[in-house]
Amino acid sequence: MAQTHSNAEHHGHGHEHPDQEEMRTFAFWIYLMTDVILFATLFATYIVLQGNTDGGPGPKDIFQMNGIYASTFILLTSSFTSGLALLAMHKGNRLALMNWLWVTIFLGASFLFLEVNEFMHMVHEGATISTSAFLTAFYTLVGTHGLHVALGLGWMIILIIQIAKHGITPVTKRKVNIVSLFWHFLDIVWIFVFTIVYLLGVK
Amino acid sequence: MWDKVKEFASEFFVTGDPLIYGADVSIALTLIAIVSVLTYYKKWGWLWREWLTTVDHKRIGIMYILASVLMLFRGGVDALLMRAQLAMPELQFLPAEHYNQIFTTHGVIMILFMAMPLMFGLFNVIVPLQLGARDVAFPFLNSLSFWLFFSGAMLFNLSFVIGGSPDAGWLAYPPYSDKTFNPGYGQDFYIWGIQISGIGSLMTGINFIVTILKMRTPGMTLMKMPMFSWSVLSSCIAIVFAFPILTVTLALLFIDRYLGGHIFTLDGGGNPMMYINLIWMWGHPEVYILVLPAFGIFSEIAATFSKKKLFGYKSMVFAMMIISVVSFLTWAHHFFTMGSGADVNAFFALSTMVIAIPTGVKVFNWLFTMFRGKVTFETPMLWMIGIIPNFVIGGMTGVLLSVAPADFQYHNSYFLIAHFHQVIIAGVVFGFFAGLYYWWPKLFGFKLNERLGRLAFWLWNIGFYLCFMPQYALGLMGMTRRVYTYGWDKGWFEMNLVSTIGAVLMGAAFIVQVWDIAHSLKKMDREGTQDPWNARTLEWSIPSPAPFYNFATLPQVTHQDDWWEKKQRGWSAPAVELEPIHMPKNSGIPIIMSMFWFFSGFGLVFDWLWLTVPGFVGVLACMIVHSFNYKPDYYVPVEEVQRVEAAARRGSK
Amino acid sequence: MSNQTAHGSLKSYVTGFICSIVLTIIPIVVLVNNWLEGLGSTIVFLAAALLQFIVQLVFFMHLRDEEKPRYNLMSLLLGIFIVLLIVVGSIWIMMYNMVAI
Repeated sequence: MAQTHSNAEHHGHGHEHPDQEEMRTFAFWIYLMTDVILFATLFATYIVLQGNTDGGPGPKDIFQMNGIYASTFILLTSSFTSGLALLAMHKGNRLALMNWLWVTIFLGASFLFLEVNEFMHMVHEGATISTSAFLTAFYTLVGTHGLHVALGLGWMIILIIQIAKHGITPVTKRKVNIVSLFWHFLDIVWIFVFTIVYLLGVK
Repeated sequence: MWDKVKEFASEFFVTGDPLIYGADVSIALTLIAIVSVLTYYKKWGWLWREWLTTVDHKRIGIMYILASVLMLFRGGVDALLMRAQLAMPELQFLPAEHYNQIFTTHGVIMILFMAMPLMFGLFNVIVPLQLGARDVAFPFLNSLSFWLFFSGAMLFNLSFVIGGSPDAGWLAYPPYSDKTFNPGYGQDFYIWGIQISGIGSLMTGINFIVTILKMRTPGMTLMKMPMFSWSVLSSCIAIVFAFPILTVTLALLFIDRYLGGHIFTLDGGGNPMMYINLIWMWGHPEVYILVLPAFGIFSEIAATFSKKKLFGYKSMVFAMMIISVVSFLTWAHHFFTMGSGADVNAFFALSTMVIAIPTGVKVFNWLFTMFRGKVTFETPMLWMIGIIPNFVIGGMTGVLLSVAPADFQYHNSYFLIAHFHQVIIAGVVFGFFAGLYYWWPKLFGFKLNERLGRLAFWLWNIGFYLCFMPQYALGLMGMTRRVYTYGWDKGWFEMNLVSTIGAVLMGAAFIVQVWDIAHSLKKMDREGTQDPWNARTLEWSIPSPAPFYNFATLPQVTHQDDWWEKKQRGWSAPAVELEPIHMPKNSGIPIIMSMFWFFSGFGLVFDWLWLTVPGFVGVLACMIVHSFNYKPDYYVPVEEVQRVEAAARRGSK
Repeated sequence: MSNQTAHGSLKSYVTGFICSIVLTIIPIVVLVNNWLEGLGSTIVFLAAALLQFIVQLVFFMHLRDEEKPRYNLMSLLLGIFIVLLIVVGSIWIMMYNMVAI
């Protein structure tokens, strides 16, 4: 339960007790900055190598934009619903919080489903990770984003279990804050993937 | 069947070299000795409870330092082997392939498994004490950082006897490090050893940024914080932005090797230069990550042993922050000669020259601190005095190298080797040594021997100059790096011989230091270890070694160098009512999770999915188990605090 | 120390969501209808992405509502600077180091 935190409140007089939950949220923000650098490096690699198709297929040959439009809107919506989950949490509505998280998970899973389908289709067409530099860079960048999404989904599920068990406490609040920051971050990365890889690739 | 086993064993274990068989035997014997001692004295429980599962920053710091000293030994032996091979022309002590492996492991070990952990060790033991805090922001994460480092280091070191060492240089440039030219296991050990330990480094960076920004004791504004803590902050900011680049670059190399990717290959549209570009984007900030805390140590020592406030506090802070950021703007100077064009080279030549300026400001400030101070020359200050001319020369040769056209002569010659060893050894390593001598009484509660400290100082410094000054000359005479031998006709013999003698002196110095530690441990001189140097900052206001909770009551700070100010005012601790102290619980998850990471890495090296997959599943499982732990801390009752305080004060007054 | 993190309102999330949708539709429409070419379309696409980035930061991640000292903002700015360095720096340097494609 939250007794560690309320016990802390108990004895605080004269000295400041650093707010554990605030520190963790801040630490996560810094972690997000490191993840930003991680993706920046993958983007730089992709941009430098995107023309190196080694005679093989390029973006225009293999990207199926309709699926990409769909997954973009799905992910964007899931970012919105994660915000709704947060709002429900601040209103103290545990059931709504969990339900909106489930919606977010469902949308995120749909995004992944579409992405896996896209990859499988491309592989089937002979455009694999070992076909050319362009394709290795593509799969690595987009795949890393997908991996982050998958981990985020797992994490949200774990969190729902903890909310069911402990309710809305300073600790679970912080965890929901953090996972929603993560989720927004992933949507931001996707915006750039969508733009730089797909839009600029096929124009 | 037996044939298959033999075939597997000859691939799996490194064979054919007497040195390596010798290492196999000593590793086995050491392991047996450790297990026997622990069992005989029934200390397994103690080891698990007090060290393997600790989240106490002081203990974690000591483990980091211990590991780094062991790695200093291995890296140093590598160096001595190389210097032996190069002492005379056309020696056949080490064949070329073996020499390649040795310079590779020497570089990786010294930078990533010796200097980094030594630095993290100093961060850990000192920063919370300087800030008046009870631990770092995230003690569990701190422990995880250490065990990940340890796991990665073990993985890397294992390649010596299992699978074969990497041999592509400490930065493993493709195309040589790609699968086509380097199909063996060594390169994969390299990737995963560094990757796993790099995750730990990143976590430490985050941990200390939050600790420094959020956990200072009441009254300690940022501008009242000790300079070492500022240096740690500037270093961690660089860590946090640099290490993800390394993670990606090594991952891309691994994708090339494991999945047939073409990022850096010669075929398929790959571009090896991109690796060099990316790896140095990490590599340059990395060396500033290492040197900034050394600068912090110099500031502490200069002030303490001059009995004078550090000169130019604000400009020191400003300089370190600038260095931290500008270090991200200089990376291409590592490949001036590799075809980036004149414009690119010009930009990076200028940025490299610019970064020398704040460094110069700091050197002058240390000198101004000492000017008109009451300077005394105990061992830490002796190191400081020796470091200043040494590091300055190294820095100046850096400015020589930054002139891009001139670099076409220096690049990858012994001139370069002399330069980077000078700044790393004289700046980073000697700086960390100085820090160890300075804070040793605080960490361990006993003093080191001044005479042996002085002896080690002279041996290290004389050895250093003898070893590396000739190498500048050798570079100018045309000797390139990474050559395993050279001809009689080159005229390089004499300088190489002198250089080898210098290396031997440094080896002797290391032995003197180990002897110093053993001797002092036996003597246990505990007198006056709380504040043996009459120093200026908060860590000296508590007993040595510090109680596990550090401060019984959080200090109230009003000045820079607050402890010194308090002493001048004749301040004595007011009788404050003690309160229960909030402390984190130990945890076995960090060491267990790191073990799973080790299995994953090992599995990936040998392409054993039956090991890799459970490894990663285990890592995830540990994370989930930890996530469900809602009771990670406890309260130390007042009676226990009183007891510990009384015992500590008896020990170290 | 305050335990409350900025959490915005339904209004800010809905506004942010709608802006994001619009900023996604615009480049799609430009692309599908071929309204612009070359540098023009590149600029529109990148501008839309950048604006959406800001929308997410302000409306979903509540960056503006941070209390002083604004460490989140500082680390973000420094991070963006490094990102530009990595991407632009790599493009600049590697332009001279292109190998046969």
